[in-house]
Amino acid sequence: MYVIVAGGGKVGYYLTKALHAAGQEVTLIEKSRQRYDLLQETFGDSVILGDGCEVTTLDQAGAARADLVAAVTGDDEDNLVICQMAKRKFQVQRVIARINNPKNEVTFQLLGIDETVSSTKLIYSLIEQEVEVADVIPLTALRRGNLELVEVALTAGAPALHRRVRDLPLPPNCALAILVRGETAEVVSGDTMFEAGDLIVGITPSTCVQAFREALLGGGVPTR
Amino acid sequence: MHVVVLGCGRVGATLAMALESEGHSVAVIDRNRESFRRLARGFKGKMILGIGIDEDVLRKAGIERAGGFAATTNGDNTNIMSAQIVKVRFRVPRVIARIYDPLRAEAYRELGIDTISPTLLGAGMCRDYLLGVPYRSVEDYQAVRGTPSAGSRGSAGAVPERSR
Repeated sequence: MYVIVAGGGKVGYYLTKALHAAGQEVTLIEKSRQRYDLLQETFGDSVILGDGCEVTTLDQAGAARADLVAAVTGDDEDNLVICQMAKRKFQVQRVIARINNPKNEVTFQLLGIDETVSSTKLIYSLIEQEVEVADVIPLTALRRGNLELVEVALTAGAPALHRRVRDLPLPPNCALAILVRGETAEVVSGDTMFEAGDLIVGITPSTCVQAFREALLGGGVPTR
Repeated sequence: MHVVVLGCGRVGATLAMALESEGHSVAVIDRNRESFRRLARGFKGKMILGIGIDEDVLRKAGIERAGGFAATTNGDNTNIMSAQIVKVRFRVPRVIARIYDPLRAEAYRELGIDTISPTLLGAGMCRDYLLGVPYRSVEDYQAVRGTPSAGSRGSAGAVPERSR
């Protein structure tokens, strides 16, 4: 796989390093001369000096044959332009943008960039996990449709216990996928019945998390 | 009509004052309070301190009722991103972004964002002045591949003379 990483800050540096270690072909683009010199010490010819927002730089980096472009500079607007240029001018199949302002996730989607990573949001969701023990824990956001992959631990007294999955009042577009009981995992079917202590991995639209939670755990405040 | 101008530099401030003097309502956004000093004392438009790619800031500037939006900051990408947000999300009818990089300006023009490239306009007009040929149209100056050549010079004769 050929990957172009735009932005040689800390994220770009370690990402390039990890991709190299995994045996992937990588080119790193860095705008600042000083930073470029430093990066060259580590990556040699795999770094090029230039602005990833410019068509000529992307061309020089070989964007036309890239399988993936990751825009990881510190500026959201730069990452947007890099991704849009890669996608529209060079038909790169997969583009990933780092975003700082979590609000930009929606904006990027609207402007055609579906894959975004926000460290702000990731850290927030970790804190959220801490807050909502034994509740609906967000695992990751899916690429399409504003869906979230979530984990639910069923506690004693949860309304979803001892009922068939097909009889649960789940909101539309939600799905229960995997049941983890003890050390084993199985695919959830319409006939599956849950027990206290079960862990379920499911998918829900971000807008339905509350209803999803209520269907499985009830409307009360999280316990513990 | 209500117009939102992003960036209160020389271009942004001049544009805002021109529109206001012609009776339009204007809101100017800049991330630096100092920049508003470029506006004339009597400027009655709104001055909004904030980042132009933030929807809340745009709303505060009245983007939802705006008939036009001009992105004139000195950051090409800020202008590109805000222009797209305003066009796609708020559906403002007339949106223009100033973009210095001619190739980027062309790329986004292809994507449906109206752009103006001061680099090409400035260089082209200086060139025409120096060679003593008539000024051309904005489209002509901004055609990236159509860098002034014998061909375009010949056709310039067919264009009605402007400014001179």
